[in-house]
Amino acid sequence: MKSYGLRNRRAAPALLLWVSSIAFAPDIARADSILSPVGPVGAGNKIILLDALTIMLAIVIPTMLATIAFAWWFRASNTRAVYRPDFTYSGKLELIVWSIPTLVIFFLGGVIWIGSHKLDPFQPLPSSAKPLEIEAVSFDWKWLFIYPDQRIASVNRLVIPVGRPLHFRITSASVFNTFFVPRLGSMIYAMNGMVSQLNLQADKPGTYLGISAMFSGDGFSDMNFDTVAVPAGQFASWSGGVKGAALDRAAVGQLLKQSRAVAPYTYRGVDTSLFNAIASQKLPPGEGPTTGRGGPAGRHVMPHGGR
Amino acid sequence: MLGKLGWNAIPFDQPIPLVSGAVVILIVLGILIWVIAKGWGPYLWKEWITSVDHKHIGIMYVLLGLIMLLRGFIDALMMRSQQTLAYHAPGYLPPEHYNQVFSTHGTIMVLFAAMPLVIGLMNFIVPLQLGSRDVAFPTLNSVSFWLTATGALLVNLSLIVGEFARTGWLPYPPLSELRYSPGVGVDYYLWAVQISGVGTLLTGINFVTTILKIRAPGMTYLRMPMFCWTALASCLLILAAFPVLTATLAMLTLDRYLGFHFFTNEAGGNAMMFMNLIWAWGHPEVYILVLPAFGIYSEVISTFSGKPLFGYRSMVAATLFICIVSFCTWLHHFFTMGAGGNVNAVFGITTSIIAVGTGVKMYNWLFTMYGGRIRFTTPMLWSLGFMTTFITGGLTGVLLAVPPVDFMVHNSMFLVAHFHHVIVGGVVFAILAALAYWWPKAFGFRLHEGWGKAAFWFSFVGFYVTFVPLYVVGILGMTRRLQHYDVADWRPWILMSALGTVILVVAVICQVVQLAVSFMRRNELRDVTGDPWDGRTLEWATPSPPPVFNFAVLPQVQDAEAYWDVKRRAREAATFGKEPEYQPVEMPRNSPTGFICAFFATIVGFALIWHIWWLMVLGLIGAYVTFVVFAWRDVPEYVIPADEVARIDRANREIRQEALAGASAT
Repeated sequence: MKSYGLRNRRAAPALLLWVSSIAFAPDIARADSILSPVGPVGAGNKIILLDALTIMLAIVIPTMLATIAFAWWFRASNTRAVYRPDFTYSGKLELIVWSIPTLVIFFLGGVIWIGSHKLDPFQPLPSSAKPLEIEAVSFDWKWLFIYPDQRIASVNRLVIPVGRPLHFRITSASVFNTFFVPRLGSMIYAMNGMVSQLNLQADKPGTYLGISAMFSGDGFSDMNFDTVAVPAGQFASWSGGVKGAALDRAAVGQLLKQSRAVAPYTYRGVDTSLFNAIASQKLPPGEGPTTGRGGPAGRHVMPHGGR
Repeated sequence: MLGKLGWNAIPFDQPIPLVSGAVVILIVLGILIWVIAKGWGPYLWKEWITSVDHKHIGIMYVLLGLIMLLRGFIDALMMRSQQTLAYHAPGYLPPEHYNQVFSTHGTIMVLFAAMPLVIGLMNFIVPLQLGSRDVAFPTLNSVSFWLTATGALLVNLSLIVGEFARTGWLPYPPLSELRYSPGVGVDYYLWAVQISGVGTLLTGINFVTTILKIRAPGMTYLRMPMFCWTALASCLLILAAFPVLTATLAMLTLDRYLGFHFFTNEAGGNAMMFMNLIWAWGHPEVYILVLPAFGIYSEVISTFSGKPLFGYRSMVAATLFICIVSFCTWLHHFFTMGAGGNVNAVFGITTSIIAVGTGVKMYNWLFTMYGGRIRFTTPMLWSLGFMTTFITGGLTGVLLAVPPVDFMVHNSMFLVAHFHHVIVGGVVFAILAALAYWWPKAFGFRLHEGWGKAAFWFSFVGFYVTFVPLYVVGILGMTRRLQHYDVADWRPWILMSALGTVILVVAVICQVVQLAVSFMRRNELRDVTGDPWDGRTLEWATPSPPPVFNFAVLPQVQDAEAYWDVKRRAREAATFGKEPEYQPVEMPRNSPTGFICAFFATIVGFALIWHIWWLMVLGLIGAYVTFVVFAWRDVPEYVIPADEVARIDRANREIRQEALAGASAT
């Protein structure tokens, strides 16, 4: 609580700092900020963000200043300002007025085109190391991370090796969610019946916040997971020493039931066909809640009664 | 007998909705009793409820919008206070309730506050600016309004009977499918939005027809005031986009009611299709709101700069450019679905291209002020507040349109801050500017400037203190719709945002006090001339408030600024010319059709939500019978005799002649 009090007193000056220098205030460059990335993807996104911001500020700031200056100078009480009620059209000005935004968008369009291709989440990262395969599944309301090569799995805690590319395959066992670790970089949807891919890499050891960035129901606020980046050796010893029950269809059946704020735990001995079974809907998606206000479940209108 | 409806529909276990619902019911009952006791019933019925006068319908739309704006604002206060309290704590709103609050906030603010306000202003202003006596289909106009009111009523009913959607303001499947949302909340959403959507679509038809076909003689397209152009563009968007919404929600309804599989997880349903379709409506919807707002700023800035709008044709082109391009950008709402580099890049570029149109507008407003004589009235302050605010809101919007940036701030508080930045700074500021600008036209007295300026400054400052911190927490990784959180770094910013909402509360109080003070001092604020701002467009040629027929004789338009041109020629000739020859005026008769239709629509909607099938059939029959009775009417119009028209217009001419003499004397 003490540290929080300190931060609170700093809040007001920090706002001023933020307003004056928009993205560069130190407060934002800390903690789980997307402006302090710990991997190449986050760093790439950040550069694009700052590039785009700079390009736009170059015309936004003068325009804002001009707005204030014009409004003030041409105030009715200013006798020195020349009243020109007939100044209603100027071909030259119109040309400039259309050209400035157009040229900026041309420039920005290039940034967008290159950025979207280079930083496409499906794009493998350039690296000599073989990517670590991780399969992420969103349930109501927790994350399951399967390490198929290690045959282990972890709930609500993602342990990753530093310096090695990570290749995620992501799906959902119920509604939409979004897999997102702000400091690693890009997010992507988890959707039932679909497999999304995401390539990330952590270059610094540490514990980073992981969240679902897509509202998914009542337990959504607790769909957080610690992302623990550790040196490769430590990762190997962790993955070798993971304890827990086997992850089979029965265990997945338990996960499919709705539960909130699930404390992290692990599985050892994973049926590696499970991810594809969920993604291809061979394992049916979660059943959802059993009640809702306004009648018992309301399912009676569904002719075949769900599954 | 009553379908799913039972006592368990009332949230007896949740005191907040129960108590607030009871308070609302008491207030409504109190007003009803007051109206009956004062004997105002017949007046309200004749002059307002059954009125087909576009001015009265416009005012009712604005009233509905303002009430819903307050309701949505209360929801916002609940969300901000919940997040303020829910740090390492559950707060006071459980997720079941909190999720309804943010869903209601979004639905109400966009569909039942902003839309009625914008449509209400179009109703009031467009026919006056076009120099016409009414809209193309006056009774249909009344139907539109009452169907919108039905939708608003259903949303508010869900507060105490059942629940509202817990899915967010756009009910994304599979979360909104029966499996994951078994309650009636999503059904309330679907029917409320469907019914009011019909009303909005009819408004679109009505105003496109009005603007294309019912203009004063000589009012060519390129002489139409800017607000009419933006209203036209907005209504064209309504025509193109609202059927998409209707169809999309109909598909979700079929999923939920009849076991279809358009968007379900199983049996080949595809939820991604819903996101595409809903945003194919949802993105143009943003421009349906903001284009008329741009029109309002154009009128206000031009009037208070004492200059015609700079680059009028360029502005028209930019409006239509935005109108078209807005249909080519919807995918930017889900770059993170993983469509791939090419698709994302194309939609990122189309999105940022819209900024060309808005940029052009921004510069043209800037040059409208250049060489002007700017009066800093309340509407002008709102407009300047908009110009300085919207440009950075647009900046963050274009940032979000850059896919690699969106990959990090999609669905975050950064996004929340962005769309409030543009909708509050763009649409809400415009509505408040319009309220102050056209209030004297509607009610015959000006609004109090002091309270209006106080409301502006508190809103302006409160807006920044509320939403800038949300940008920051977005950058710190905070996603939207969190009911509670444990991250210490977010905490100070959330507190600062809460402080901002306190400032905004003061702003709202100032705004309400302004209305009350202005009403009490209406005699000293009286607008005698009908032209309080030295206006340039035709609405200022009418008395305040305008007579039911608007114009005794249809104006002959000879210039892009029709009324400015009339005044200029009158000044040169020192007279408004000789009295015209008055003719009897035919006006449409009042009709209860809209009200009765909406009554039955409410019954149908409620019956469908609660699966009371017999009541639904009854409601449909009632609505159909109403339509048949209306279609068989014998006398659709009544005549105002020429004497009466002359009497009203002579008074108006006399005042203007006096004002002219007074102006030339000084």
